[in-house]
Amino acid sequence: MSVTQTKFHTALLDPDQPVPLGLSDGQGQPAGSRFAVYRNNVASSLTEALEISFPVIAKLIGAENFKAISGLFLRQHPPKVPMLSQYGDDMPAFLAGFKPLEHIKYLADTARLEQAMRVSYHAADAAPIDAHDLQALTPEDMATARFTFAPSALLVRSPWPIHGIWTFNMQDGAPKPPATAQSVLVLRPEFDPDLHLLSEPAAICMLALMAGETLSNANDAALNDDPEFDLATLLGLLLAHGAITQLKSGDTA
Amino acid sequence: MSNLMKTVAIAGAVTAALAAQTSTASAAGQVKCYGVALAGENDCKAGAGTTCAGSSTVDYQGNAWKLVDEGTCAAMDLPDDRMGSLEELDRDLPG
Repeated sequence: MSVTQTKFHTALLDPDQPVPLGLSDGQGQPAGSRFAVYRNNVASSLTEALEISFPVIAKLIGAENFKAISGLFLRQHPPKVPMLSQYGDDMPAFLAGFKPLEHIKYLADTARLEQAMRVSYHAADAAPIDAHDLQALTPEDMATARFTFAPSALLVRSPWPIHGIWTFNMQDGAPKPPATAQSVLVLRPEFDPDLHLLSEPAAICMLALMAGETLSNANDAALNDDPEFDLATLLGLLLAHGAITQLKSGDTA
Repeated sequence: MSNLMKTVAIAGAVTAALAAQTSTASAAGQVKCYGVALAGENDCKAGAGTTCAGSSTVDYQGNAWKLVDEGTCAAMDLPDDRMGSLEELDRDLPG
């Protein structure tokens, strides 16, 4: 074979490029339009993967626009790993920098939420702690407890109502998104990720816990934002969905 | 708030969260149920962005599954005395 991978790859992503010189059909003849068929299949399978992965974005901008944007995206961001299930992690950043759509300001964050759901779906399984391990601690150890979370537990914060936008587009009869900032916690207790809308103080608390802060410090940070913050609700959500996978306590460091 | 007060508040929140747990602990998990999905409506372990979700071609295809609440798989109402199964079935396979 006299075609380098670089030449093959370049021609694969640019429909205006000629068939790489020296590419044969396996029987000594020039590959000709066989290469064009292959090139077309690569683009259309990547586009299809993006359509399946970002259904809300496709709804927001329309199927035709989404197809056109996918065509641009896949040529600028070809797959980095040979797994379609992960393809598209650059999409939120791509949308954020895409001039023709910059008037739809919530688009990139909505894509971040959709991508988080995919990451959560494919994240490794992790055994949750037994809720009673937490109960067995002394009150002092509870206050200084730190948590490790399941790889499928992801927090997406946005100045836009991303939870409302997602449900409005994906669930029948869901109300219109409110004009407010929203934080969404993606949790996957079993096979499918669920979205949980968090209040601002709950998101602040969750962010601190995910950063490895103690329960007491995370609670303080949330109370600082809203004195009415109820830690029990957030803890209950995390325990009920098996999101906490490790409990460390007793160190005040 | 004093440290003692904080500690008491945290302990109270933990207790309240656990109390809420016991009332929801019986919530059923989900299981793979074979032979109950309509054509094109099956689930897939590999998930979105792959080709196996929605790949079944006949109704109630025996080797295609759907996630259902635990305990409901064999009890579903299916036509012609079919039953859902936690194991793969060899009925209703595409021709």
